Amino acid sequence: MALTLNMTVNGKARKVTVESNALLSDVLRVNLGLTGTHVGCDTSQCGACTVHVDGVSVKSCTMLAAQADGATITTIEGLAAPDGTLHPMQAAFKEHHGLQCGFCTPGMVMSAVDLARCEPNASEEQIREWLEGNICRCTGYHNIVKAVKTGLTDMQSGGKVAAE
Amino acid sequence: MTDHANTPDTTVTRRGLLAGAGALVIGFSLPLSGRRGALAAADDGPVWKTSDEAAQINAWLRIGPDGSVTVVTGRSEMGQGPTTALPQALAEELGVPMDRVTFAMSPVDPAYNNTLFGAMITGGSTSVKSDFEQMRRAGASAREMLKAAAAEKWGVDAAELKVENGTISHAHHSATFGELAGAAAEMEAPKDVALKKPADWTLIGTDVKRLDTHAKATGQATFGIDVVVPDMLHAAILQAPTFGATLESVDAKPATDMKGVAQVVELDDAIMVLADTWWTADQALSKLSPKWTGGAEDLDDAKVDRVLTEGLDAAEAAQAVSEGDADGALSGAAKTVEATYSAPYLAHLTMEPMTATADVRADKAELWLPTQAQTWTAGAVAKAVGLKPEQVTIHTTFLGGGFGRRAEQDFALQAAQASKAAGRPVKLVWSRPQDVRHDFYRPASKVRFTVGLDEDGLPMAWKARVCCPSIAQRMLPSMIKEGVDPFAVEGLTERAYALPADRSITYVMPELAVPVGFWRSVGHSQNGFFMEAMIDELADAAGMDPLEYRRKLLPQDSRHRRVLDAAADAIGWSEAPAEGRHRGIAVHESFGSIAAEAIEVSVDGDNKVTLHRASACVDCAVAVNPNIIRQQMESALVYGLTAAMFGGVSLKNGQVQEGNFDRIDVMRLRHMPPVEVRIIAEGDAEMGGIGEPGTPPAAPALVAALRRATGKPIRSLPLTAEGFTFG
Repeated sequence: MALTLNMTVNGKARKVTVESNALLSDVLRVNLGLTGTHVGCDTSQCGACTVHVDGVSVKSCTMLAAQADGATITTIEGLAAPDGTLHPMQAAFKEHHGLQCGFCTPGMVMSAVDLARCEPNASEEQIREWLEGNICRCTGYHNIVKAVKTGLTDMQSGGKVAAE
Repeated sequence: MTDHANTPDTTVTRRGLLAGAGALVIGFSLPLSGRRGALAAADDGPVWKTSDEAAQINAWLRIGPDGSVTVVTGRSEMGQGPTTALPQALAEELGVPMDRVTFAMSPVDPAYNNTLFGAMITGGSTSVKSDFEQMRRAGASAREMLKAAAAEKWGVDAAELKVENGTISHAHHSATFGELAGAAAEMEAPKDVALKKPADWTLIGTDVKRLDTHAKATGQATFGIDVVVPDMLHAAILQAPTFGATLESVDAKPATDMKGVAQVVELDDAIMVLADTWWTADQALSKLSPKWTGGAEDLDDAKVDRVLTEGLDAAEAAQAVSEGDADGALSGAAKTVEATYSAPYLAHLTMEPMTATADVRADKAELWLPTQAQTWTAGAVAKAVGLKPEQVTIHTTFLGGGFGRRAEQDFALQAAQASKAAGRPVKLVWSRPQDVRHDFYRPASKVRFTVGLDEDGLPMAWKARVCCPSIAQRMLPSMIKEGVDPFAVEGLTERAYALPADRSITYVMPELAVPVGFWRSVGHSQNGFFMEAMIDELADAAGMDPLEYRRKLLPQDSRHRRVLDAAADAIGWSEAPAEGRHRGIAVHESFGSIAAEAIEVSVDGDNKVTLHRASACVDCAVAVNPNIIRQQMESALVYGLTAAMFGGVSLKNGQVQEGNFDRIDVMRLRHMPPVEVRIIAEGDAEMGGIGEPGTPPAAPALVAALRRATGKPIRSLPLTAEGFTFG
């Protein structure tokens, strides 16, 4: 059965018509062309597909798009300011090389930004716990922790300017 | 359909390149007009776009009117950093700051071959080593062409010109590279150029920021799964679950009845559903009940163990090393230590599952994919769909991890077959279970050491029997010499330690139906563990500290010894660890570099292990970008530790039992201890590799620490199968 869904995605009102069993990750990637959200396991175990739905991080590969009808969604493409100024968390991942192959990075960044909502002053241990569900196979993990720590601090101070 | 006989053989061996790279003549050829044409094709790809007005100075370099520099490389970016380190090398000679430099992936053309392999291949930790001189020459040549253009414009002697920060100046003149690029592209390329001396390098050897982080942190980077081609279908695949089985029949109707499904494609050993979205395709696939036939149904873990053990006991074996009289010397040993080690089959587990997008037409084919082997892929696809290799265009995307897995062509061939059948572009993406169950695994292996020690506990007779499935048999059969697959014994046959003059290493090649392939550090991944764990046991048998024992076996001026000392120093080896803490250390040479790692652990009463600290040191002789080297050393340590702690697939009825990350664990953030990384880059040795050498020492260092903590021998991996858990 086809459904017509209305969502606000990265600040823009979007209307999509999809099958009722369509996954949010597929709708974002295929229907809306937002391929920054990655899929690595299809079972919400690797965390690469993490996006924000109404400000809360969710794993979009196991959420039906229909569940996001009427919701406000932010993906990695929607984090930076319209003028290209990076979100402090993106800037921190760049500064601290919190990535190597970069496939898991969008999920890592989106999860980390949501940590600021829950624990704006998270300790390194809390960061490690929070990112338990985000797998990385390339880095030594430490640069990710450094990046998140810096990103959390910079989010509180209004964000370091790192325009590209 | 995965016809691996398609894989072209090459006479260039890894060992050859490690031993003889110095004698190699770098094939620096200046671009012909045809090359320029070929390069233009790269701009059509979805990955990177550059200004149409950019002037192409040579095959590796374009300069835009704004002075922006695009470095073109054939080395694939899978996180290991060649798309930063290589532009850095070029920029050093060109004379341009890195903030004006970007990079692009090349098309398939001999100009972009890995100079050590003679084909476009990214592997063997060779990317920077292969292209380092070529990139510097390309930069120096371009600089001279820019100078020639300026000299002609101003009517001055080129030798009087100053080049700095992307600008060329003379007493009364100044022009940017961008202003001169068009004229420079028309200049004759110099026949020979002088390269800067290492002492004069200002960019090489510095922590230049990676060039790929912005695209990756903003979601703009195009990976294989992100490719979008107009009119494409999405494909999901189910491959014969039993190794070696083929498809007998399948009723496609339950899938084709579904809305959105275009077609079911049957291959010899797989079925693919083509649909308007991947999820639809995968759902439709689950509705099918294919009948498979044949295959290695009797294959399970017990059989693997039995076959490998039979190899250890076999009367007949190939001789990998035969020096002196090992048996004779053994009879005179004060003490004999015998130990049998084993390691399991390992999946690669790249974060991005296998994927390729193909558009196959009657007279040409185009592929967009994350690959480590462009030349092999073009050749294999051409053969599979009835074209010539030059009719196949390859667009290399970013790789969501590679680790050797993406040197294979199976996924590219499947995508090409699907597109040929559909007459439309098709993007194939494997599910994670398909990825885990249809890998080319790191071979399972067993080694039995028999070592005779003298009165001082030092080795005086050395025997080893290796039984390990052959990678070369399928991929590079010409490398098998007198029955020995070099990948099966590498890391065991070398002589870094003062090993006895009487030494015998024999090899038995078992036949098992599990496909095996290159896995980060290849044979060194298991043999580094076997060798260093054995040395550690010998230290215990000699009643000596494991660091001291190794130092005793290493010459005073040995690079191994220096690396070992640095790793020991970084973890504070000279001071005893705190109560309840235990340390292990290991050193291993691979891919031209020497790496040592030390790990400190504690183990509670329930065998739950905590990793407290680690150190890693690498001697790679030349460090182009130390920050990337540090990243790769940490990366390789994690990769090696993950394998040691959790790695391994289990077999039943000829099938891999694990499917997703719920059954096959990897190291997580909480497991990762603090690591101090040190780099040694001095002396006259040739540049070593960096992507892989940090992996082999991880397992033996961890195992040595656990052995000391528990007092029990640990000779098999993974550690979870030995009763350990990791908090």
